[in-house]
Amino acid sequence: MLFYAAKRIIYTIPVMLVVAIVVFSLLYLAPGDPAAVIAGEQATPQQVELVRASLGLDRPFLVRFLEWIGQILSGDLGTSIFSNLPVSQLILQRIEPTLSLMVLTLIIAVGLAVPLGILAAWQHNTKTDKCVMTFAAFGFSVPVFVVGYSLAYVFAVQLKWLPVQGFTPISQGLGPFLRNLILPAMALGSAYIALIARITRAAMLEALAQDYVRTARAKGLNQFMILSLHVFKNAALPVVTVVGIGVALLISGSVITESVFAIPGLGRLTVDAILRRDYPVIQGVVLMFSMVYVLVNLAVDLIYTLIDPRIRY
Amino acid sequence: MSAISETSPPVLRRVAGLFIWRDPVMSISVVVVLILVVMALAAPWLGTVNPGQLAAGPRAALPSAAHWFGTDMLGRDVYSRVVYGARVSLVIGSAVAVISVVIGLVIGLVAGSVRWLDGVIMRIMDGLMSIPSILLAIALTALTRGSVQNVILAITIAELPRVARLVRGAVLTAREQTYVDAAITTGLPLTWIMIRHIMPNTLAPLMVQGTHIFAHAMLIEAGLSFIGAGTPPNIPSWGNIMAEGRALWQIKPYLVFFPAIFLSCAVLAVNMIGDGLRDRFDPRMRGT
Repeated sequence: MLFYAAKRIIYTIPVMLVVAIVVFSLLYLAPGDPAAVIAGEQATPQQVELVRASLGLDRPFLVRFLEWIGQILSGDLGTSIFSNLPVSQLILQRIEPTLSLMVLTLIIAVGLAVPLGILAAWQHNTKTDKCVMTFAAFGFSVPVFVVGYSLAYVFAVQLKWLPVQGFTPISQGLGPFLRNLILPAMALGSAYIALIARITRAAMLEALAQDYVRTARAKGLNQFMILSLHVFKNAALPVVTVVGIGVALLISGSVITESVFAIPGLGRLTVDAILRRDYPVIQGVVLMFSMVYVLVNLAVDLIYTLIDPRIRY
Repeated sequence: MSAISETSPPVLRRVAGLFIWRDPVMSISVVVVLILVVMALAAPWLGTVNPGQLAAGPRAALPSAAHWFGTDMLGRDVYSRVVYGARVSLVIGSAVAVISVVIGLVIGLVAGSVRWLDGVIMRIMDGLMSIPSILLAIALTALTRGSVQNVILAITIAELPRVARLVRGAVLTAREQTYVDAAITTGLPLTWIMIRHIMPNTLAPLMVQGTHIFAHAMLIEAGLSFIGAGTPPNIPSWGNIMAEGRALWQIKPYLVFFPAIFLSCAVLAVNMIGDGLRDRFDPRMRGT
């Protein structure tokens, strides 16, 4: 298992390198002249040249790339064109709300989706099953900002149970923190819940069809024990995997959710950077999120070698 | 084209079989998509006005007989903008689906059949897949002048790896089949074997994947436009209309909800068609 873990960790290095190359090459591959686009419509030729130099576009690709990788490895994600602050500092300032939102969404989503998926599989082909699957279909298809606005309109604007927008750090108390974050988390979680519920149901159905389930039933074990002890344990692997893969949904969705609920996190940082064409910030955020995604999935893979004794490499 | 003719009839037959109304969800979805397509094509004749026209009339007005969906902050007719918005969503969705399926098919076929290229290509695809699609699209659109073509390009790059992976997997499975061994033994050239014997195996899953990409591309376009990194604001897309309605949404929620309903229905219908096709092609997956 140690060997497998080491192999799995080494395997992420080329993937991360490719991520870095892709994120870096976009500057060179984008059609047109990125320096002119970033400098804006009214920029003078001198200003365009200044932007070109600050992005390193005036030097050879390979030289600039090695320099850039060196900087990244030493923790330097570049400097914002707009505020002149280091990108890493800007990210650190904004990370708390985003992290809070994602963690809360993850907890809610797994807590809701896994039982729903189990229920749907257990009640296979009944009304309950159909309800869960219909909900999952909607979760996949209704955009996160539409869910966000609908929830905010009903629970905040009309019923006034919860605040419409904003963020309160957890240091100011768990109550206000949750009151502000529960609607965004539900909105962000809709697609994620749908994904996990679907996969849980499919994995459970497959495990339910196995011989050992019949044996367990034959020896008179009660339903709950069969489902939890025999079936879910065997169905857990794809579920854990999809929880990891689905983090991409959380990352993409958080950018939009933060806009809907005016949460001052990394999503807002990105949206502001788009409006100001502050490319170093966008590049830094994309790189950071992609690395987090790769690492989360590495962690997931390593975790299931721990929970599943059948995996021995 | 004789290459496909022997394998395509069953595929076509199955597609045709969908319309025997055995699957009500599928049928309704097809009707919804057809209505949207007709709406997009016939937009000028559906009682619309120029969607960019700044009317002298009331601004941010409630829905009325004159303006079915009300007017936005600039006095533009929201109904006309929503109807025209169908064009943007459907064009982007279909273009991304077709382009990423075609390019992904080629990449997947090459990766699946040329061993020494496989590792390199798939590591690149893994890397691309590790960048969350909206972020990849944001990075690309931030570097280009806003245009529908650039949005299509950005979303296509984000969706490509999924197709390439799917095709590669199908090729690797097909390669182990006896009929491929037989074809190799008879001395057929590799390209011919690829087209004649291996590619047809990828068509059914590709159709399903393409449909889901269609739906996903519409969602990403709306998301990108919503945060200001998508379709240029002068073109009415559902995402743009919602972005413009954002400032007033608490008092005028219909500015956001009308385009939202159309977008959600379109994505849901296309996704349901994808699920229906998948059930049809792979009965083992039914209901999962």
